[in-house]
Amino acid sequence: MSTLATRLQCASDLERYRSELVAARDPRARRVRVCIGTGCTAKGSPKVLESFRRAAQELGQDVAVVETKCTGCHGFCERGPIVIVDPGDVFYQGVREEDVPEVWRESVLGGRVVEKLLYADEASGTVARTHQEIPFYRAQQRVVLALNGVIDPTNIEDYLAAGGYAALAKVLTSMQPEEVIDQITRSGLRGRGGGGFPTGRKWRSARNAHGEPKYTIANGDEGDPGAFMDRSIMEGAPHAVIEGMIIGAYAIGSCQGYIYVRNEYPLAVKHLSIALGQARQMGLLGENVLGSGFSFDVGINRGAGAFVCGESTALMASLEGRVGEPRAKYIHTVESGLHGKPSLLNNVETWANVPQILLNGAEWFASMGTAKSKGTKVFSLVGKVKNTGLVEVPMGMTLRQIIYDVGGGIRDDKAFKAVQTGGPSGGCIPGEFLDEPVDFDRLTDLGSMMGSGGMIVMDEDTCMVSVARYFLQFLKEESCGKCTPCREGIAQMLEILTRITRGEGRPGDVETLQSLSDLLEDTSLCALGKTSAYPVLSTIRHFRGEYEAHVLERRCPAKVCSGLFRYSIDRESCTGCGLCSKKCPAEGIHGEKKQPHVIDQVKCINCGSCFEICPFSAVVKI
Amino acid sequence: MADAGTSTVVSIVDRYGGDPGMLIPMMQDIQTELGYLPRAELAELSGRLQVPLARVYSVATFYASFRLVPKGEHTIQLCMGTVCFLKGADQISRALQREFELVPGGTSPDGKFTFSPVNCVGACALAPVMVVDGQYYGGLVVDSAVELLHKVAAGSPAAQPAAQPAAQAPKPKKAPKTKKKGGGSKPT
Repeated sequence: MSTLATRLQCASDLERYRSELVAARDPRARRVRVCIGTGCTAKGSPKVLESFRRAAQELGQDVAVVETKCTGCHGFCERGPIVIVDPGDVFYQGVREEDVPEVWRESVLGGRVVEKLLYADEASGTVARTHQEIPFYRAQQRVVLALNGVIDPTNIEDYLAAGGYAALAKVLTSMQPEEVIDQITRSGLRGRGGGGFPTGRKWRSARNAHGEPKYTIANGDEGDPGAFMDRSIMEGAPHAVIEGMIIGAYAIGSCQGYIYVRNEYPLAVKHLSIALGQARQMGLLGENVLGSGFSFDVGINRGAGAFVCGESTALMASLEGRVGEPRAKYIHTVESGLHGKPSLLNNVETWANVPQILLNGAEWFASMGTAKSKGTKVFSLVGKVKNTGLVEVPMGMTLRQIIYDVGGGIRDDKAFKAVQTGGPSGGCIPGEFLDEPVDFDRLTDLGSMMGSGGMIVMDEDTCMVSVARYFLQFLKEESCGKCTPCREGIAQMLEILTRITRGEGRPGDVETLQSLSDLLEDTSLCALGKTSAYPVLSTIRHFRGEYEAHVLERRCPAKVCSGLFRYSIDRESCTGCGLCSKKCPAEGIHGEKKQPHVIDQVKCINCGSCFEICPFSAVVKI
Repeated sequence: MADAGTSTVVSIVDRYGGDPGMLIPMMQDIQTELGYLPRAELAELSGRLQVPLARVYSVATFYASFRLVPKGEHTIQLCMGTVCFLKGADQISRALQREFELVPGGTSPDGKFTFSPVNCVGACALAPVMVVDGQYYGGLVVDSAVELLHKVAAGSPAAQPAAQPAAQAPKPKKAPKTKKKGGGSKPT
């Protein structure tokens, strides 16, 4: 492996260096790529990588054609750790340390395939050799995630060899800032962080704004629970975000940038820091970028654990070292943002789209997607779906295609109930809308929103009232407390929902929830408060019957809310093993050894211990 | 005033060129070095940056990741994201609080654990997830989470990072465990 080149003096230096890197690649080289994204790391991939590295070292220098490297997230976290062997692009899943010798001997050196580690389709039993053969990947179109799982995120040379920073070189040598903004505008790119604001328009306002210096900021405070697109991008392709930011800074005339990353994403911080250092060293960042006379540098700020800091004005307050309280946006942050100066804030995924648009053209980007939502979108498809992970699909794909074709349908053959999109500001969409196309506007029409791209699939065992309560609980804790409607309104709604889930609901509660929701939407200061009622409103709109069952019949149809259903023992399945009666804290289960047991409903406190412990699934909810 | 603490603050303030705008990163560094934000250090920081102590405290109490009391031997972040919630994180949280006498954001009386339920660690494919001393454990159920912390408390940090999502398959026949229970902590 070559050491980092000295500073690149101009764009042609970059191209020369890139061709050297590509030429130095041995096409016959055998490569092992091990994913070290958070998901695979949790499942032990660093040890797998280490074992491969040791095996490669033992071969000695004569066989230096074997290269092992770590890569960012492949998206199929469910099946991790994921290992790819080249040539052949063989996709191994669930690889453990003890599998390494066999993969090394058979696949890497021998060129044969280790069948047992291949992906096998659950339904058909078909075995997939490469990732393209796996249904999860087949329907995807990867633009932003294209390099995830391919390049080593800690090595800038990998990014360069894959065409990295070519867009920046193109922009600096052949485009005026106005032309860059034109391209972005014509591409139809809209903000990936939630609002869906046209990116080109935002850039133009930032360029036209008066004041110096101007700041360029990446929002990596991915706060929506159930969403991890931005984490994977920052971990897997950090240079794409940085390159996008440099281009944006050039377009608006900014010299200082910040990346604001969530505190819960230590690996993203690490990879971004490495990437920034490398870019600086090569002259792609800092003074006089690629000899163009344009200077721009980027710092990293870690969040400190506040959901509200994903909101633009709160994020900027946090960057200034203050508490993350939003302010009213009579004046937009592009006019007066960080330190009262014009500030351009885009989401991580938005930034990562920028180099691709400038490289391939606005028309290319606009050819994907729907009339008003262009390009692709990364979703984190999670919850009660068979294939969980990150998926990138063109805008306009239907919910059904995403959940059933890519996601493989509902886990354990349960019935689909709803899909929650848009995080705590979004809503739940029921089955009758599964054939709706997913784009910014359609999701809003359905009472939900695109948000940053979380897509949480819920099955028949999910209680929608309790889901609404979960989100309000989340928002109550995350409300910054600055404005009264949000601080007090959410608390009141939460109290009502808590009563309902305890079976203490009163007639009229649902109407009170609706009127409080209207109040919050009309009078809250920031988007967090304005949209806080969406989880409640959308569940009332689509699942009103479930609220009524809780309030009027004291019954939880999904059998989730404790006390609103009962436990019972199925006489047929019970073997009389006695585990449940030992576990029962209320001493409420009786029965002779090896005879079916019975729950004493008077003593039962509905704790669910028996349900949890029964090895024969004989305890049922009724 | 503790000299060691003062020098920590001095070097951290220098690291950021004394820029009061970098208050949060400085406080993060203090917490990384000392484990929490001691009063004396915050007062020192306030003086050096010419930022009112009240503002330093407003920041320290606003953001969930700051601690004003020393942290335990081990830190536990339990993910309370939507997917983890749907898959039982709430039950796990309650069980851990009962078993180890924890309160959210606090440290157990024996000083073993600092417990922080967090919004989402972004590892939803592994839900429910718990991060213990930086190590991710996925596919937890109540019993495996409790057991894991007992192991950690007993000083075996090399407990396997839950390699396979245990909760996935319907539980096969389980041999009754000999784990003693009920003697120590009673549900109140």
